[in-house]
Amino acid sequence: MAAAEKPPVSGTGSVALDNALTWVDQRFPLISTWKAHLAEYYAPKNFNFWYFFGGLAMLVLGIQIVTGIFLTMNYKPDSNLAFASVEYIMREVPGGWIIRYMHSTGASAFFICVYLHMFRALLYGSHRKPRELIWIFGVLIYLVLMGEAFFGYLLPWGQMSYWGAQVIINLFSAIPFIGPDLSLWIRGDYVIADATLNRFFALHVIAMPLVLLGLVMAHLLALHEVGSNNPDGIEISKHKDAKGVPLDGIPFHPYYTVKDIFGVVVFLIVFAIIAFFAPEMGGYFLEANNFIPANPLQTPPHIAPVWYFTPYYSILRGVPPLFNSQFPGVVAMGVSVMILFTLPWLDRSPVKSIRYRGPYFKVALTAFVVVFLILGYLGTEPVTVWGQFGAWLGHADRATVVARICTVVYFLFFVLMPWYTSIDKNKPEPDRVTYK
Amino acid sequence: MKTLAKFVLMLLFAPALLVSPAVLLVSPAVLLASPAAMASEGGARLDTAPINQTDVISLQRGARTFANYCLNCHSASLMRWNRLEELGLNESQIMDNLIFTGAKVGDLMNVAMTRKDARKWFGAAPPDLSVIARARGADWLYSYLRGFYRDPARPTGWNNTVYENVGMPNPLWRLQGERVRVAQASKGEEGKEEGHGAAAAAVKYEMVTPGSLTPVQYDETVADLVNFLVYMGEPAATTRKQIGIFVLLYLLALLPLVYLLKREFWKDVH
Repeated sequence: MAAAEKPPVSGTGSVALDNALTWVDQRFPLISTWKAHLAEYYAPKNFNFWYFFGGLAMLVLGIQIVTGIFLTMNYKPDSNLAFASVEYIMREVPGGWIIRYMHSTGASAFFICVYLHMFRALLYGSHRKPRELIWIFGVLIYLVLMGEAFFGYLLPWGQMSYWGAQVIINLFSAIPFIGPDLSLWIRGDYVIADATLNRFFALHVIAMPLVLLGLVMAHLLALHEVGSNNPDGIEISKHKDAKGVPLDGIPFHPYYTVKDIFGVVVFLIVFAIIAFFAPEMGGYFLEANNFIPANPLQTPPHIAPVWYFTPYYSILRGVPPLFNSQFPGVVAMGVSVMILFTLPWLDRSPVKSIRYRGPYFKVALTAFVVVFLILGYLGTEPVTVWGQFGAWLGHADRATVVARICTVVYFLFFVLMPWYTSIDKNKPEPDRVTYK
Repeated sequence: MKTLAKFVLMLLFAPALLVSPAVLLVSPAVLLASPAAMASEGGARLDTAPINQTDVISLQRGARTFANYCLNCHSASLMRWNRLEELGLNESQIMDNLIFTGAKVGDLMNVAMTRKDARKWFGAAPPDLSVIARARGADWLYSYLRGFYRDPARPTGWNNTVYENVGMPNPLWRLQGERVRVAQASKGEEGKEEGHGAAAAAVKYEMVTPGSLTPVQYDETVADLVNFLVYMGEPAATTRKQIGIFVLLYLLALLPLVYLLKREFWKDVH
């Protein structure tokens, strides 16, 4: 049968190891998997700085799972015990503080890596044909990650955990007809309570991570099916040697494994600086208010989500209510994330990479990044942060007006994309990738 | 047509591009400033707490003040008594000098007062102080504990500049003495500057009955107390930074090695 036809494994330098691997390979696709995904997966040789973040996101996923398992050993998902159990981890569990700080820093690091990874796709057209499915799996990963972060943020049971969850779940009440029942169903109680904490714990430690791992697998399988894009946005599979190896491709292992190890060490230096010397990151990674135990009777003066949600929170807050209902804002927030799925089909440019794009796309992408950052900043602040305009604008909050302009630009980036990408004045793409 | 398209695009995206330099200037400052430490709810300006987490003697003095004056109403129920051994105290020193109840040295810093009674007596139960320094920030605590003054309009006879109409009376009044607030210039009176700074700067107190400490000694006592509260908020913080230095040194030593490894492998990529 198939097992017998495989050549025996050789070349490890040890006969015993060769024999052991041969035994496994005849019963499991060991060598073929190794070759397909590492030793004979040919990646373009011209990857740059932006290509570190996919691998780093996977590293952070690993950190989150391992630290999460250890946190679970001492955490108590009970509204009377949760807050104290987190501090028990910080104080009484040997090494507990570093496990917890790695997990809290990891949550923010995950989003930083994912945002930069997604931006890389926009820069070099990695979402374009034939990589649409990779992009869709990626956006699904992003959505699940948001869910994972949201559920996890309730678990410390501090004031910001509690009221942040309250605000987000109340958004569902704004949906006409089914809204109030839906939010009741999500909470499992009329307010955020023990029932909510228990189900969020289950979703955070089992449901979301399982889905996340499956999606990451699908993301990678789809990538290895069509091959990696590169900063030139051209296909290396167009030029192959006699053996069918792309001329501009190099085996992922060892070339990109050693390169990624370098990236990992640089990342770990930044990660260690935050986790050991500034775990609160000035209140952006761990908020001061979350060191006050959850109190359902006392609303904090200013509720804001963690930084990675704030661009969408700004959009939600910026859209004016209609007939006293926040529903338009909720819809705008939902659409602002969902619209990412359509990106591969909105982009009509004949070239993929920013290197050969015309000025319209460059202007549009710059504007998009700028408004995303402004929305993100404004979402961390109360709407009064920049004061009010004069009577000529009806004393409107400056921050709200700016958020509205930014929201419009955010959507225009997508809605106008078919138009400005098709009329853009692109440069000719090279035949082969540019390297050094 | 092309020119028109360019014009429309520029018009649409121009606001974003105009705002961008301002945001880029603001954002680093925003990242560095701790939101908890900037101002109190009342908008009073906060003084910087002169604390030093490595000053064990200051932490011991802070622990003494804490056990004597705070721990009657406030608990620190996430903190174990014998953790204070980190501050150079031994078990019998902790038992003899700091524990005034029947608590054992391995017990948590709890109080006898029930939350129900506390609510009846003060209007609100005194919060647990284990992580209060992480919620409020050292500067807020340092300013708050030095901000009490006599106010006959309040049920307890005390008010506070940093936390207006707080339910808590001044627990340290025997040390600080009794003061009244004599003048508070209204906003803008001092000149052009409006906002918190001007108002807080104009607060003046007058000592009615001096306490057992001079104002300078009192500030030092409060600084020690706040130092202890910060320590209690995260007892592992000093260890964390010490280990962090070794982790960073290790990673920095590893960095050139992995770079050279990468360069060696990539020699044959042309």
